[in-house]
Amino acid sequence: MSEEQEVVTVVKSPIYLKYNFTAGAAPARFLAQLKKGKLTGQRRAEPGAPVYSPPRGSCPASGRPTEQEVELSDKATVQSFTIVYIPIPGNAIEPPFVVANLVADGANISFIHLMSECDNADVHIGQRVQAIWKPEEEWDYSMDNIRYFKPIDEPDVPVEKIGKLSVTGQED
Amino acid sequence: MSQPDVLNQAFELGFTYTRSTGPVIGRFFTELRNRNIVGIKASDGRVVVPPMEYDPDTAEELSEFVEVGQQGEIVSFAWVKEPREAHPMDVPFAWAMIKLDGADVPMVHCIAAANESAVATGARVQVVWADETIGYITDIRCFELL
Amino acid sequence: MKDIAIVAYQQSDGVSDAGAVNEVELIMPVLDRTFEQARLDSAQDVDFVCSGSCDYLQGAAFAFVAGVDALGAVPPIKESHVEMDAAWALYESILKIRMGHADSALIYGFGKSSPGELPIVLSQQLDPYYLAPQWVDSISLAAMQARLMLDQGLITERDMAEVVSRSRRNARSNPHAQLAGDVSPEDVLAQETYLSPLRKADCCPVSDGASAVVIATVEKAKEWGLPYAIISGIDHRIETHNLGMRDLTDSVSTRTAAEHAGMHDGKVDVAELYAPFSHQEIILTRALGLGEETSINPSGGVLAGNLMMASGLSRIGEVFNRIVSGEAQRGVAHTTSGPCLQHNLVTVLEKA
Repeated sequence: MSEEQEVVTVVKSPIYLKYNFTAGAAPARFLAQLKKGKLTGQRRAEPGAPVYSPPRGSCPASGRPTEQEVELSDKATVQSFTIVYIPIPGNAIEPPFVVANLVADGANISFIHLMSECDNADVHIGQRVQAIWKPEEEWDYSMDNIRYFKPIDEPDVPVEKIGKLSVTGQED
Repeated sequence: MSQPDVLNQAFELGFTYTRSTGPVIGRFFTELRNRNIVGIKASDGRVVVPPMEYDPDTAEELSEFVEVGQQGEIVSFAWVKEPREAHPMDVPFAWAMIKLDGADVPMVHCIAAANESAVATGARVQVVWADETIGYITDIRCFELL
Repeated sequence: MKDIAIVAYQQSDGVSDAGAVNEVELIMPVLDRTFEQARLDSAQDVDFVCSGSCDYLQGAAFAFVAGVDALGAVPPIKESHVEMDAAWALYESILKIRMGHADSALIYGFGKSSPGELPIVLSQQLDPYYLAPQWVDSISLAAMQARLMLDQGLITERDMAEVVSRSRRNARSNPHAQLAGDVSPEDVLAQETYLSPLRKADCCPVSDGASAVVIATVEKAKEWGLPYAIISGIDHRIETHNLGMRDLTDSVSTRTAAEHAGMHDGKVDVAELYAPFSHQEIILTRALGLGEETSINPSGGVLAGNLMMASGLSRIGEVFNRIVSGEAQRGVAHTTSGPCLQHNLVTVLEKA
């Protein structure tokens, strides 16, 4: 061994694998509706079955297929949130920004999206928000068709009712 | 519900690992950087190239390095008519098990050859070094027929 | 020690590209039929669930967790997973029952290999210092193994073609087969080489699909009133990762596993062997010492469709089918993992 050279102790071994992802049937339907500007969920074709959005094809609680599509409101309620102080690589949004678990009216589980046009310090659980959509000509098969959710002037939803609103929102 | 559109999206998954070599593999890679090839003696005395840290039969820790030749013999090979994108060559080539002179166990590497009929079990080959050696298995760019 | 039996087995059709179907959607229909066969409502009705899959196949992290959504896991169930063929999930389930922690188990495996380049994905399961960085694909390794056998006169190309021909012909009676037909050895030999010395027909296809099995103690199987086959032995062995130090013309690990699983304690009527390449079926047949009295791969085997992470479990299921139907009294199922038959599991099934 040459003595002036360092002994090898580490090697860089990057691996890159290429794939062609195909969305499942349920997510594909969800994304196709989003392309038309509609937020949808799916549920088992049974009365009172929970509505999942975004749907993945099954009702995880029962393991049964979610065969019924339900159109949802683009109004939602904040179920939980966090304020992020680190930038998202490749994203124009500047920290600090709010990432929230939102439940759309008519759905029973939350999805994750951004909140904006709000004072971060005022964001709270139970707050009512509505989707701000991109211009229609930019709509694609993507949740990014919604730029973010913005607070609206509606009364807060009590914690026990979050995730239980109908598609028409708060009834009383 | 209606049949959904089939939505495809190409993507690449990257695992950008840096691995610790440990002393045995580190020694082998250090030697490769210097354009030398070393093997290691197994419990039964067989010379294993590339070197292993432990004997697969006895689990004994191995430590006796042996320099081996840069020429050897083809033990078996597969002829790749259509190289895949990830493969080390973009023209037809052979994967081979090559027993280097002084080694008792064949190693797997690639052979550059003009065509399939040029390659044969028992044929002699020699190392082609990469232009720049960095201490990695690909410091051996390939083998070529003698 | 309680005897353990298989009471249900189902498999999806092997297809080259399942298309707009995610892991849950791949698994649910198979579990549906499995529950129906075992007369169960859901995974809530068994004591343990174990699955086998590999996220690298489709390049989706935690696909195996998403797969749990097919089970009905509310209230919480006892669940486990192996990053291996589901035959090893069955092995884990047997241990669970043997330990007295369960009397029944659901096992399923699934693989969606079509999104990736499978032979290249599999190259990354090799030694990460010496082999993975070279991207040596799984077919090339098998081709070198085949050439060793041809060079040593242990097989001929015609022997390999006969394996393919029998697989295609047997697969005609397997409704889930991907490749089936009246193919003669001459038809195979007339093909040009693909990855010499292999022809394309010598290699299993890439398949998407899933399969599932329900096992239970014999007492439970009787209580359920279901036809069953007893798992009389199971054992698995692995060889070194250094291909150069293995005798690739033999499968020592398969032979050892078969001995420990008690395969030789009786006549073997049927054998389902996980041989992704034609010459490997010959290696396995010889390592197991199988002769004329044994029907080999009546389903067509994996040359007729290779559901990564599920086909090993399906081999066990196929033997179960033949015992329950009365075609066989006793059979052996073999499962493999790794390059050139590195790791092998042998299961012996018997008529009740």
